[in-house]
Amino acid sequence: MMTANPFAVDIKDLTYAYKNGPKVLDIAAIQIAASEHVFLHGPSGSGKTTLLGLLAGILVPQGGSVRVLGQDLATLRSAQRDRFRSSHLGYIFQIFNLIPYLNVLENITLPCHLSPERKMRLGGVTPDVAALDLCRQLNIANLLDRPVTELSVGQQQRVAAARALIGAPEFIIADEPTSALDSNRRQEFIELLFAAADQAKATILFVSHDHSLAPLFTRNLSLLDLNRASRSGEVDA
Amino acid sequence: MKIALRLAWRSLLNRRLASILTILSVALSVALLIGVERVRQSARSSFTNTISQTDLIVGARGGGVPLLLYTVFHMGNATNNISFATYEKISSDPNVAWTIPLSMGDSHRGFRVVGTNADFYAHYHYRRNQQPRFGAGVEPKAMFDVAVGSAVAAKLGYRIGDHLTLSHGVGEVSFHSHDDKPFSVTGILEPTGTPIDRSVFITLQGLEAIHADWEDGAPPLPEHAIKSADLQQRSLPVRELSAVLVGAKSRADSLGLQRQWSEFKGEPLSAIIPGLALDDLWEAISYAENGLRVVASFVVVVGLLGLLVSIYNSLNERRREMAILRSVGAGPGLIFALMIIEAVLLTVLGAAIGVATMYSLLFGFRPVIESHFGLYLPISPLSSAEQWYLCAIVGLSFILGAIPAWRAYRNTLSDGLTIRL
Ligand SMILES: Nc1ncnc2c1ncn2[C@@H]1O[C@H](COP(=O)(O)OP(=O)(O)OP(=O)(O)O)[C@@H](O)[C@H]1O
Ligand SMILES: [Mg+2]
Repeated sequence: MMTANPFAVDIKDLTYAYKNGPKVLDIAAIQIAASEHVFLHGPSGSGKTTLLGLLAGILVPQGGSVRVLGQDLATLRSAQRDRFRSSHLGYIFQIFNLIPYLNVLENITLPCHLSPERKMRLGGVTPDVAALDLCRQLNIANLLDRPVTELSVGQQQRVAAARALIGAPEFIIADEPTSALDSNRRQEFIELLFAAADQAKATILFVSHDHSLAPLFTRNLSLLDLNRASRSGEVDA
Repeated sequence: MKIALRLAWRSLLNRRLASILTILSVALSVALLIGVERVRQSARSSFTNTISQTDLIVGARGGGVPLLLYTVFHMGNATNNISFATYEKISSDPNVAWTIPLSMGDSHRGFRVVGTNADFYAHYHYRRNQQPRFGAGVEPKAMFDVAVGSAVAAKLGYRIGDHLTLSHGVGEVSFHSHDDKPFSVTGILEPTGTPIDRSVFITLQGLEAIHADWEDGAPPLPEHAIKSADLQQRSLPVRELSAVLVGAKSRADSLGLQRQWSEFKGEPLSAIIPGLALDDLWEAISYAENGLRVVASFVVVVGLLGLLVSIYNSLNERRREMAILRSVGAGPGLIFALMIIEAVLLTVLGAAIGVATMYSLLFGFRPVIESHFGLYLPISPLSSAEQWYLCAIVGLSFILGAIPAWRAYRNTLSDGLTIRL
């Protein structure tokens, strides 16, 4: 199904509006090559999270085409998009989206239990071992059996990151993953992210308001420049 | 599937209170359904087991239902009697194993008086293989001996050796009392849950004795009255009986015997097979039974609706949970499985607790129910009908889980992910 495509992300003439809302996104084209590390920025409300949702197949565009890892998401039915997401994507959500009644370890290993393909890519180790390894690197190894609701925001953010990184997904989408971390941890986190990504030759799309991080990336995208909808004065920043 | 079970279980634990309430509502409905079912069954079996092992009831020509009513339930009256000679003929029939002569028509303070002989205590059965047994004393043997049922003894406070008088007719207050002929209590029967409990038993001789000086159904003038002591010296001939209970040598002979004695040339007789007649009679009054059934099924419907409402309500709070699961790759299959497992799990737990509750209530209240309502509730394993009900309830919960499951899948993701924790 996946045709050979040099681009991890290939967007053309994308338009998106929420139900009963104004047009949020209107993008002529975005192309991201495989294993690129892209820094995406834009003012609050400019549609960054919305764009990531479209790339993850969580949202469905009204117009244009979205290809991710060579796969045209529009050709997939919603259950197939779920499977695609669990097998190939690691998404660190801006609001974490942890499952409140599972502990740290269970949250992190969840994608491996949902997708056999993801589990295969662990390379022979069990999900628990892989999770422990990630947690060590993220300095949360001592929290494995704690309920996620009892963690600090920064700890929760690292759990969300570990869940996205487990099983070496080919495309890592990170929505302000360092917003709750102190500057030391921030640096550590980016290094870990890059190490994990390079190991799997993964592509990274990283959203942040922190421009000091931008030089670490191979490319810098401004959504304000790309999005024709934002020029019509919809953005509040 | 393993992950679905685990997620469903953890999610339920997370909403412990709501889950427990739902389980309790299902448990109550199930307990009530099975309880009603038990009472229904037991009402029916108490009814049809009022008399057992008797293959034939023979009385004077008349309706089968009245014959059944006055011989077995001690209700109504025999319009005509049969002759003692006929009774002796029936007893000597080669296909007949035993007979019990019954003579009724008198009462004692609202309780029926049954005249019979030792054969009654030897051969009368109820509830398959139970026999009336004496809790105290012995069966009446002499002319002025009387045995009372457990309810009679309890209500009137009789003890062995007490004296009582019998009245003619069957009203609560009888105009003509046989109070010149006192009887003494020789035995008190154990509770049976049948009309025996509400009856007074004397010998056939005793029954003749209280009517010995009556002429054409009218009480004697005082000067003609015969003294009890004098009567005891005599042997009174028994001329008539109300009915005869018959036990065949072989059950297979009952139909033949029935035909034979209802066509008896000596006098016009009716013969009924009590098992069949009881079933027929129960069918005739089965609307009461159906009423119970309707009530029970409404209870279950309400319980299951409660389940649906509770799952549906929790769904709104769980939109985000579902959305997160989908965002990390859970497909519609898993979302469906989660909702259905939840519904089925709640129902199975509810049903199990319901059954346990029913059994413990049964265990606790059985003696009370038996003594107050004469309903014998056996503690037996779930009947196949009850098992069927339980399966149907769980099956229904499966369908009920599918409704919110479908809705959950349809509106997760996009809307769920933006709702804050
Ligand atoms: N679920 C939703 N329904 C309707 N409108 C929405 C929804 N989510 C976002 N929007 C609107 O879409 C626009 C873009 O929102 P989005 O979340 O993509 O912004 P963002 O760039 O990620 O902002 P931030 O930096 O604050 O996270 C905003 O104007 C917002 O009001
Ligand atoms: Mg955002």
